[in-house]
Amino acid sequence: MTQFWTRIIVALTVLLGVNYIAWRWMASLNWDAWWIAVPLVAAETYSLIDVMLFGLTVWNLKLRKPPPRAPDDATVDVFITTYDEPLDLVMTTAQAAKNIGHPHSTWILDDGDRAEMRQLAEANGIGYVTRGEDWANMPRHAKAGNLNNALMITQGEFLLILDADQVPEPKILERTLGYFNNSRVALVQTPQYFINVPDDDPLGSQAPLFYGPIQQGKDGWNAAFFCGSNALLRREALMQLGLVGYVKETERNVRRALAASRSALKKARRSADAGNPLVAQMLDDVEAATDEGRRQLDAGFSLSEITYRVGRQVDQAVRTLVEADFSALQADLEEIATMELASVGEAGVPVVAGDAVERMSGRAWSPLGALESVHALLDAISVERNKEAQPVMPLATISVTEDMATAMRLHALGWQSVYHHEILAYGLAPEDLKTMLTQRLRWAQGTIQVMLRENPLVQRGLSWGQRLMYFSTMWSYLSGFTAVVYFAAPIIYLVLGILPVSSLSPDFFSRFIPFMVANQLLFQVAGHGIKTWRGQQYSLALFPTWIKACTTAARNVWFGRPLGFAVTPKARQSGGPSWSLIQPQITVAALLVLALVVGVARLAAGLSEPIGTLVNVGWVVFDLAVMSILLRAATYRGFVPEERKADAV
Amino acid sequence: MQFSYELKDSYAEVKGAGRLNMVSAPKLREVVAEVVAGGASRVVVNLEDTVFMDSSGLGALIGCLKAARQAGGDLRISGVQAQVKMVLELTNMDRVLTSYPTAEAAFGDD
Repeated sequence: MTQFWTRIIVALTVLLGVNYIAWRWMASLNWDAWWIAVPLVAAETYSLIDVMLFGLTVWNLKLRKPPPRAPDDATVDVFITTYDEPLDLVMTTAQAAKNIGHPHSTWILDDGDRAEMRQLAEANGIGYVTRGEDWANMPRHAKAGNLNNALMITQGEFLLILDADQVPEPKILERTLGYFNNSRVALVQTPQYFINVPDDDPLGSQAPLFYGPIQQGKDGWNAAFFCGSNALLRREALMQLGLVGYVKETERNVRRALAASRSALKKARRSADAGNPLVAQMLDDVEAATDEGRRQLDAGFSLSEITYRVGRQVDQAVRTLVEADFSALQADLEEIATMELASVGEAGVPVVAGDAVERMSGRAWSPLGALESVHALLDAISVERNKEAQPVMPLATISVTEDMATAMRLHALGWQSVYHHEILAYGLAPEDLKTMLTQRLRWAQGTIQVMLRENPLVQRGLSWGQRLMYFSTMWSYLSGFTAVVYFAAPIIYLVLGILPVSSLSPDFFSRFIPFMVANQLLFQVAGHGIKTWRGQQYSLALFPTWIKACTTAARNVWFGRPLGFAVTPKARQSGGPSWSLIQPQITVAALLVLALVVGVARLAAGLSEPIGTLVNVGWVVFDLAVMSILLRAATYRGFVPEERKADAV
Repeated sequence: MQFSYELKDSYAEVKGAGRLNMVSAPKLREVVAEVVAGGASRVVVNLEDTVFMDSSGLGALIGCLKAARQAGGDLRISGVQAQVKMVLELTNMDRVLTSYPTAEAAFGDD
């Protein structure tokens, strides 16, 4: 029944939205002020698409029944990931994890490699995992690397992943494991809920809309997201992901290397002793080997076969060269020996040791090493992943938020996911603005990275529903740019009297108001009474964070620049109100207030008309109401539990 | 790898920093040939800054030894580093080319 009404309202909203935006593009633009008119209509179009994607999400809202009982012999590893969180916080979670009902083993994955943590874990009978020597001088891939490392050491069929602060309920496995009775299910995500957040949630930590209608809607499209913690994964699915990724990556590298082999060899011919016929011969041999490899790759030979053959032919060419070097050397020695002027040794002519050819032809000492371009080429034509600690990386490492990319790849391989709408773990949210902003920035950066590296709209293996569900989340992170326009438009009208719309006629209101009403109704019905205002406020008010996320992620993906990545600290940062963190918002708020004063003055002076002023004053008041949350956030002193507050009175 | 040489009282010292390999070996032959042609047949190749040598590099050293001997002199090496030392031992060439701690010490005895 609810679904029926939700769909009606979705259809209505989309219809009214298209009606409004189409009219805006075709009949309402004030071309004299195109520099604000076009950005504004573009921003509005962005918002309409955002609403349409939200409508699509809730269209298929899935309310699941409890799963069947899981087999008693299903083996589970519980992973608690930590980097530098306080030891007692990690141990609280670990003890709770140990008390989980279904048989399992509990592991602390300590990326901080802390001796005290190891001792505490061992003293309490909890497994302890840290990175081994393989990881020295290799990319660490943060949390994804930490989990991948643990996956190679443990054996459970299923994994429950918990952040260090997420204290699980004993029943967490009993309530969720049964979903895996369906052998295609690879992921079960449960909500993230925070206990250190007051009712008014000043930092917008709880995400009731996301861990509710949005995840339930995505679930309806078989696109429930993996959110990094409070989730169960099927090991087999992750391993398949790792293997598929490894094969793909290797093939890509070998293909690229073979394709580039001609130019690499050309370069080598220029740098090497071109006159030396032996060197020229060796390079010819290498070229013949790589040409053959390329032909075999196109003919569909296996990678291991190709790389092995190319390797052997190259080794043979190198060996020939070394042998030639040695025979020339031997000839020199004999000539020296025949000279009367000096004798080289007591026991006749010295002879180059027999096994020296072998050793001097080996990878490390080969004369080929002198030709860097060829050396790099041959390194790439191999099936070992030389630049990674472990060749198989089950959890995606293309983004700082490994979870989204991993889930997307699982979905593309045809695995199913489940969103289980029941709070089964209780965590700690950031308690200060700075930490919260760092966390939001990281999520946004990670999402944009995935969008730029593996655009969901073109991923093979995903259904269109799944593609749009991933795209929807990415799209919503682009809102920072539109927020700037939404702040600028009313300021421009109130201060300069320039209206981006050709007129605020009944035509405008008759299209705009019904759309806005339907829009609000949609959020009310889809959210069935959930408080969504805090989320709406932050999605607009944090516009500098969203913009920064987009620009830094784009620079990172396209130009290889670092993100300036930081792990979210779990302990509260000390210090007073943090105004400096929200300087752009303070500036915008000041401009909005100034615009209000100027706008009213202009109206009084008869310079602008009442309806335009009224609409824009209303708009400014809305913008200020949205941003007012930052006032509360910047002065928030952290969570005080109810009892403690009572004591203080 | 670039080579340079310096004429001392009783010998010429040839120096090069980097890797004595297939690419740089011909240059060493040229430099030593030039030194020997200039009349200095007692040559020390100072290897203190040579971090790596392959079979071509070793061939060049022996070739240079031959050139020096043919001119009536000798070629000695000094300041041998770890990898080069291993190559010399592995190939038995440490019996042909004795290494001295310093360039001065190489012709110190005669």
